[in-house]
Amino acid sequence: MRMAIAAIGRRAAACLVLLLALVLPPASAEQRSDPAADQRAFQAYFRKAFPSVGLNDFANGPYAVDKDMRKQWEEIMQFPPYDFALDDGKKLFETPFKNGKTYADCFPQKGIGIRQNYPYFDRQTGEVVTLDLAINRCREKNGETPLAYQVGDMAAIDAYMASTSRGKPFAIEIPDDPRALAAYEEGKKFFYARRGQLNFSCASCHVQAAGKRLRGDILAPALGILASFPIYRSDWGSMGTVDRRFISCNEQVRSVAFKPEDALYRDLEYFLSYMSNGVAIAGPGTRP
Amino acid sequence: MRLALILLVAAVALTGVAPARAATQSDFETAYRAAAEAERQAGVLRNQWTPTETALKAAEKAAATKDYDAAVDLARRAQALAEASIDQAKDQDKLWQNAVLK
Repeated sequence: MRMAIAAIGRRAAACLVLLLALVLPPASAEQRSDPAADQRAFQAYFRKAFPSVGLNDFANGPYAVDKDMRKQWEEIMQFPPYDFALDDGKKLFETPFKNGKTYADCFPQKGIGIRQNYPYFDRQTGEVVTLDLAINRCREKNGETPLAYQVGDMAAIDAYMASTSRGKPFAIEIPDDPRALAAYEEGKKFFYARRGQLNFSCASCHVQAAGKRLRGDILAPALGILASFPIYRSDWGSMGTVDRRFISCNEQVRSVAFKPEDALYRDLEYFLSYMSNGVAIAGPGTRP
Repeated sequence: MRLALILLVAAVALTGVAPARAATQSDFETAYRAAAEAERQAGVLRNQWTPTETALKAAEKAAATKDYDAAVDLARRAQALAEASIDQAKDQDKLWQNAVLK
């Protein structure tokens, strides 16, 4: 009798295990990335947090969420401080290299109106390519020395190219390639993981505290945060690229920053830009 | 009075309270090696902190002026900071997922 009960018990346990295996997804599936679902959740969060801000207005960062700052910004924009860089950038973009070729020869559509497609995942090299990286690769391909990534001519060329994409929504693609998904995941992790002695993540400021004050600053929402780059930042007194912003953010939380265009920064830019798909490019921009 | 003094000296001797020995170059080198190794590991995890770097440089500077007491203190501080950054990286390797917008 006892043996019969034990046998029934074992069979029931086996059935339960089988049932759970069928019903519950495997552990790895929980962690499998779904960028489209991430994007929906990401955008829904900010649309709910800032219901009066239009999708494209998120590109304007703190000016989209703070009335006083917006007023100041509107006055600043009567004489945009990035205009000099924009003029320089156009000139640099159109000036032929020593071999007679120009930047236009390196890019699709001759480099005009393409900012919204960067960064992209290059299936041949298996890496994320940002616009700034592509600019320098173009130079090197044509026998020119690469530009410094954070300021100066790079920011100027970047500004001009961004200006030709104004109004075009971010259209970042994540191809069906495990390497692209891995790069996206690295960027996502970098965005949400805390770092530095101050124990801040990108999300600490630009998700959890978006729209709130941090000392004298209003923190920009992460949605659309890269759509206005490169930016003239009053705090810097000059133009700066995405690399400059990432590096200074890292340093502000007392983390040792990486080199410009480090794979991690490119992955972060890939993630953030993909999250902002649909937000129109508004670069170059200004920030306090 | 004399007995009290003897007892005091004996108590100090028994509790191990003795004048601190000045740190040597060798003490500094040992402390610095440990700190630099911890910072190297933080680098492997891509999570170094700027105060660690500052403390390491300050330790080197103090050692260069032969102020080994300060150099050892700074190296130990750097090691503690580097170890904290390693802990942070290991913790965040999983914890970051809790912050993801869903």
